[in-house]
Amino acid sequence: MRKDHNDVIKKIDLVALKIYNDLEKTEIPCIQLPIRSKSNIEFNEKFNVWKYGKNMIQRSAKSLDGAYMLLRTMYMIDFIKEMIKIKKSSTLREMYYISEGWDYAKFHSQNESNSLAEDLEVITSCMREDFKLRPEEDGARVIGNITIEELTRNNNKKKIHCQDDVGDSGYSIPYNVEPEKLSFKSADVDFIIAIETGGMFDRLVENRFDSSYRALLVHLKGQPARSTRRFIKRLSGEKNIPVLVFTDCDPWSYRIFASVAYGAIKTAHISEYLATPSSQYLGVTPSDIENYNLPTDKLTREDIKSLKSELTDPRFQDSFWKNEIKLQLKLGKKSEQQALAKYGLDYVTDTYLPEKLTEMGMVKK
Amino acid sequence: MEKVTAHDLAKKQKEISVAEFFERNKHILGFGNQTRALVTSVKEGVDNGLDACEEVNILPEIYVEIKNNEDGESKLIIEDNGPGIVKRQIKHIFGRLLYGSRFHSVRQSRGQQGIGISAVVLYGQLTTGKHAKVISKIQEDRPATIMELAIDTNKNRAEVINQDIIHWDKPSGTRIEVSIIADYKRGKRFVYEYLQSTSIVNPHAQITFKESDGTEHIFERTSEMLPRKSVEIKPHPYGVELGTLIKIAKQTKSRKLSAFLKNEFTSMGDRTANAVCEKAQLEKYLNPKEMTREQFLSLHKAFKKVKIMAPPTDCLSPIGETLIKRSLKYETKEISPEFIITASRPPSAYTGNPFQVEVGLVYGGNLPMDANVRIIRFANRVPLLYQQGGCVITSAISSIDWRRYGLDQKSGKGMPSGPAIFLIHVSSTLIPFTSESKEAIADIPEIENEIKLALRICARKVQHHIHKKVKREKIKEKFELIKKILPEIANKSSKMLNKPLPSLDAVITKIMDVVWIEDFIEYEKISKKVIEEPVQMTLLDNKSKQHDDGTITKSKIKVINYKRSSQKFNLYVIIPEDAIVGTVKPKPTNINKNFIKWNLDSIPSSEKVDINFELAGLEEGDFDENDIYVEDINPSYVIGADKWEGE
Repeated sequence: MRKDHNDVIKKIDLVALKIYNDLEKTEIPCIQLPIRSKSNIEFNEKFNVWKYGKNMIQRSAKSLDGAYMLLRTMYMIDFIKEMIKIKKSSTLREMYYISEGWDYAKFHSQNESNSLAEDLEVITSCMREDFKLRPEEDGARVIGNITIEELTRNNNKKKIHCQDDVGDSGYSIPYNVEPEKLSFKSADVDFIIAIETGGMFDRLVENRFDSSYRALLVHLKGQPARSTRRFIKRLSGEKNIPVLVFTDCDPWSYRIFASVAYGAIKTAHISEYLATPSSQYLGVTPSDIENYNLPTDKLTREDIKSLKSELTDPRFQDSFWKNEIKLQLKLGKKSEQQALAKYGLDYVTDTYLPEKLTEMGMVKK
Repeated sequence: MEKVTAHDLAKKQKEISVAEFFERNKHILGFGNQTRALVTSVKEGVDNGLDACEEVNILPEIYVEIKNNEDGESKLIIEDNGPGIVKRQIKHIFGRLLYGSRFHSVRQSRGQQGIGISAVVLYGQLTTGKHAKVISKIQEDRPATIMELAIDTNKNRAEVINQDIIHWDKPSGTRIEVSIIADYKRGKRFVYEYLQSTSIVNPHAQITFKESDGTEHIFERTSEMLPRKSVEIKPHPYGVELGTLIKIAKQTKSRKLSAFLKNEFTSMGDRTANAVCEKAQLEKYLNPKEMTREQFLSLHKAFKKVKIMAPPTDCLSPIGETLIKRSLKYETKEISPEFIITASRPPSAYTGNPFQVEVGLVYGGNLPMDANVRIIRFANRVPLLYQQGGCVITSAISSIDWRRYGLDQKSGKGMPSGPAIFLIHVSSTLIPFTSESKEAIADIPEIENEIKLALRICARKVQHHIHKKVKREKIKEKFELIKKILPEIANKSSKMLNKPLPSLDAVITKIMDVVWIEDFIEYEKISKKVIEEPVQMTLLDNKSKQHDDGTITKSKIKVINYKRSSQKFNLYVIIPEDAIVGTVKPKPTNINKNFIKWNLDSIPSSEKVDINFELAGLEEGDFDENDIYVEDINPSYVIGADKWEGE
């Protein structure tokens, strides 16, 4: 997060100035931003992540929708400047409700306002924390042998050991995980396992997998929040710990992996802050369905469409993903992490994970 | 037992002829029940009156009165201002069945559609035992003849019960009074509907209907122009029946077969006549009076095998789009429809009979949204009130998918529903009715096809109309919003930056980025004053004198260029064929009977051009919407006009 708010103000004022200058030159006001879709993400060699490419779209007052967007942008900029001035922050949802009073600039859904906040990040290369906007999503949970120091609201620095100082639900990741708020004091683990579902996270906790295998368990809660991804990225980078992603075996879960490893399409402008390029996919893979003879469900029409879309997604172009996705399309089946319970509650910790970890070279036989 | 001879039988046959013929056939003659008997009686009288007036170029004034007695007897009075009937003919026309001047003639007339007024007289006599009363006056300075008639059903001859001379105020005309048994209570609604419909397709007629309780309905005349007189033509070989062929041959003055063919039929020249003779393997010098039945049969067959030119079509008398529109407008005043659209097809022919289709469509206003559309069918200007389901008009309408044109229709077939009235008029020298009751037109492919084509033209116009309206409203809405949103954007940004408010007009123009065309129409009444000397061009100069007084339709079109560059294009406005073009500003490049064309030289950005033109020869409301087209400009830039697709 930028500490210098004057810099942020300068940057968003530039957006307002562009619009003003257009009007003064009797040009139709417009702003340009990268197209935020699968078709416009490129691999960034420098950061090893996927970022937006060079294809731009124009938001222009030429269309009525464009004119509305520009007006909303003006209101949002004004609102951000006001918050910076009075040293407050608001959640994205609060901003959505505040827009009720913005007359023509009012948003019709929170998706609209969230997406405009992201646009503004993209245009100004600031982060939404700079804009004093925060998500209302609560952070994910963490259990494992690491010690975190967090700056609390009372301005006290508090050390938390993520096994001894927390209950079975673990340490909760705050929305701000930047160094001025949170730092890693010590970490004595061999790898991080990022887990999609709460059920599996709890199974591993109950079976004390964090202790027996020197693992840091992170619950992703589905598509992980920015702070969870940032947390994993910082920890992995600063303490040099490998990251393994453990999800269901379906196209949506692969996207969870992609957002952890390569960066999500929606946040590709800040992929270098959020993505951990060295992350590896642990499972469940379509091959696991065959190898472990797992209980399955049939792929739905949406699943198939989504898998096919992933075949053309630039992030899934390596041979591992191509083979696995093609295999899954051939099988016509999908499976869940918890399907491993077919062989008993301890099967995942006693058999599946040790086998997979050995295969990946994370533990020695 | 007495021996009965053929002669006795013949006598008996004759005795029962007329009355029995009527009794046996009354359902197909339109007297099947007491409601229909009332409508048919009115129809026969009114049709006769209209035909008589038109025959001698008099604008018809028809008076219909029904006096209802409690005992189910109604006295029917029908009066016209026609030429009257000479005394010796009165008894034949009113007292003999199947007697008439036009029974065998090939021309468009109403009369071929009924059995005739004498059937009404007979019906009255059979049901009430009362005599009919006829008054007729043929010359202004002479008295009228009054005659009381009965029909001798044995002889099919009129019996004059009483005859006198009386004074009658009318310059000329005919009046008939007949008492009939009829269901007045139920029938009067149909009589009203019939007269209203008749008035729509006969805008030159004034029709008054007086109900039994004294209520008077006047269906006003909306056109002072008599319809073009239909011309009698000779039969076309394709349409003639064998019996008629033999009959014509018996009466011909021609002594050779080839001459007979050329003289008695239409579309027959030397070459065709010879070709027919050859196909029939008949000597062309044969005397037609001496031909055998077999020879006629092969001649008749040969007609179908030879390609013969279509019959002439100028014998038809269509109503015309302007008059249809005017009548519909007048009759649907209370509905205040959104628009009225008309279309007409050029004449065509089926088996040697010329015919022509015209349609009108009334849309919107107070018409019910969820009911089936109303269909008003006409054949030779006579409304068809019954058997809608069996009529080719109905099947033509049902075969079109109306869902694209703002109407509802289950699965795109069948009777559409929605706020619309369809008017379909078929005119022909011989309307092919499905049966003798003459209420439905038979399923002739050529006719069905022409009706469909005419309806499609109408449908396209409806779509065009709706499309134009929607597009214009959409752009207008955008205009309104941009005018609110843009100043807000300017306001916010200038406030944030502490800068003065920029001016926005030029930006708004750029955002609109269209050529905007707006139009309106005014009417000006002028009286006995020659139209201002036409500055530009006038079509049909000789005609303009007829329209010295009347209404001038003034059309104003405003073209505003909201594009960022100057625009140069051609603009067309469709005008009614029967309009006379007066002053046109600026100078047009072309005027013909269908349109006026302007080459608009470079209109600079943000500038506008006014176009004005005047039309005479139309009544107020005949021309109530400019149909504007553009050429040599991308039509998507233009709001308020469509792409010119050529003439």
